[in-house]
Amino acid sequence: MSAAVHAQSGFGAGGGSAAHVATGGLDTTHGVVLYLDGITVSFDGFKALNKLSLSIDVGELRCVIGPNGAGKTTMMDVITGRTRADSGTAYFGQTIDLANLSEAEIAQAGIGRKFQMPTIFERLTVAENVELAMKADKRVRRTLFHRLSSEERDRIAESLRLMRLEAAADRPAGLLSHGEKQWLEIGMLLVQEPKLLLLDEPVAGMSDAETERTAELFLSLAGKHSLVVVEHDMAFIGKIARKVTVLHEGSVLAEGPMQQVQNDPRVIEVYLGR
Amino acid sequence: MSRLYGARGWAILGACSLVVFVVFPLLNLAVPPEHPLHLSAFWVTLAGKIMCYAMVAVAMDLVWGYAGILSLGHGLFFALGGYAMGMYLMRQIGREGQYQSDMPDFMVFLDWKEFPWHWWMTDQFWWALLLIVAVPGLLALVFGYFAFRSRVKGVYFSIITQALTFAAMLLFFRNATGFGGNNGFTDFKRILGFPITTPETRMALFAITGAALIGTLLLARWIVTSKLGRVLAAIRDAEPRVMFCGYDTMHYKVAIFTLSAVLAGIAGALYVPQVGIINPSEMSPANSIEIAIWVAVGGRGTLAGAILGAGLVNGAKSYFTVAFPEYWLFALGAIFILVTLFLPRGVMGLLEHLPGASRHPSSTRRGKTA
Ligand SMILES: Nc1ncnc2c1ncn2[C@@H]1O[C@H](COP(=O)(O)OP(=O)(O)OP(=O)(O)O)[C@@H](O)[C@H]1O
Ligand SMILES: [Mg+2]
Repeated sequence: MSAAVHAQSGFGAGGGSAAHVATGGLDTTHGVVLYLDGITVSFDGFKALNKLSLSIDVGELRCVIGPNGAGKTTMMDVITGRTRADSGTAYFGQTIDLANLSEAEIAQAGIGRKFQMPTIFERLTVAENVELAMKADKRVRRTLFHRLSSEERDRIAESLRLMRLEAAADRPAGLLSHGEKQWLEIGMLLVQEPKLLLLDEPVAGMSDAETERTAELFLSLAGKHSLVVVEHDMAFIGKIARKVTVLHEGSVLAEGPMQQVQNDPRVIEVYLGR
Repeated sequence: MSRLYGARGWAILGACSLVVFVVFPLLNLAVPPEHPLHLSAFWVTLAGKIMCYAMVAVAMDLVWGYAGILSLGHGLFFALGGYAMGMYLMRQIGREGQYQSDMPDFMVFLDWKEFPWHWWMTDQFWWALLLIVAVPGLLALVFGYFAFRSRVKGVYFSIITQALTFAAMLLFFRNATGFGGNNGFTDFKRILGFPITTPETRMALFAITGAALIGTLLLARWIVTSKLGRVLAAIRDAEPRVMFCGYDTMHYKVAIFTLSAVLAGIAGALYVPQVGIINPSEMSPANSIEIAIWVAVGGRGTLAGAILGAGLVNGAKSYFTVAFPEYWLFALGAIFILVTLFLPRGVMGLLEHLPGASRHPSSTRRGKTA
């Protein structure tokens, strides 16, 4: 579990025991980090999300599964401000209404996101990718005058070590393999020090060994961070799952421990039984 | 983390400075006109003019090569800076115009009795300097704010910038606008009291332009090698990712677009006293497209390439417009197509493949996307 050790020393964001504390504007007094209620999103009349309600507890690792087109990515788009809901509410903690914030503000508030397609800055080097993602004052003037401190250099190096990308530090990120790009994006997410991580199909394109390490990493992050993981890879879900939510046609079809969800006849019908 | 020039780059910059600040003045002022080595006013003006274009090209490279925003309206900012300087130069004519009036000839001709409001204070040089920076800057700030806030991107942004410069051209063509209509401003006599066509004034303007170009290059280099420069390159590569990293990309785009417009305006202000004329044709949509071609020819996202491209294309243009004037636009089109097809990284990309060329481990130099 070397990944876990590094994660602990390097990315301990905020307080050690995250549950039931209000940190930096995020009020989680009731133990809930994310609260979606009755979210509806339609594209030209087609409801990608249909009265979706969901809540994520502080420190929870939640897996979200569902067939293609169930609305999993759209849900992340709504949470991160990329798509605006037609109706319903989305709260980050008790007080932050996500509908009022821009993408950048939501990211600064502490929600990090990994895209379904690995999205990195192809022509910047791997280390530069991490540098840009790292938690900092991200306003224009501060960025212009920003010079890397030795502490920041150390954190970049540490992140690259955790992602096993040290050797590629000075190479353009576009040259990485698909799996390495996934890792880089996860690394970029972690140096952002988010309180809630949204991971859209993080192990797609990874080798078995890489998938295994990703599972370890996520398990080590839970507790300190809250995670929402969307995956189609059921073996991976089986490894990390505690509570699983099944989306179907834009709403929650079933929710509960993996075992229970897997045996739910409705789930078997729409998803597992196909 | 990223460097832009190695020792060779700095050496070339030093050599160019030597030519501008020593060789040109010596050959033009110290060598007598009948001597074969004498450099005539024609060459000084041509080189000065091209350096102004090179400044606009560097400004363009900042927004296009680095941030990936293809502005096809930079000719407008250039012209606005030129007009701001032109107003001052018109006031400097004093009573030496044809009608021997305190007012510029075109106003006397239109039978105007007093200056329109926007000519207020334009006889003051410091006010002219302020306008040169503020007018293009404010226009870019307001226009950029609304365009980028509405997430206007890619080819749509290019098209509305073309529309903007076209609309401005139509406005400036009207006599009632108060900028001399289609004739614009010309027949300048003095700048800061110095006669504007003497070899000494010409050389001073030339040297100031050289200094401004070097300053622009160094400023741009400082920006693109800063963290801000890397954020711009990241916006070009994957803007949503930059937003989800917590950067408000709109502010970055507005900032670089505004700075770029200011630099273009300064270039225009230096251009007008050297060529002796400014008129609305500088705002024609084709002029702005040409600026983009210079950058594409030189190589996007390299800064030095922008200067090289402006020099090569305008050098060719000067030759063509004398030798085969009808064919220049065809030649320009052909150059653009050839570069797009065979030299996606421009002449700079070609130079990197030369034996002995230094390759720097900088990633921000490799600009390719629009
Ligand atoms: N911008 C859009 N315009 C129109 N329809 C869209 C848009 N985005 C998503 N959709 C539709 O909404 C539905 C939900 O899409 P979404 O991407 O959220 O599914 P998903 O659960 O992430 O699927 P997958 O497992 O394939 O990634 C799909 O039918 C999709 O076609
Ligand atoms: Mg999806």
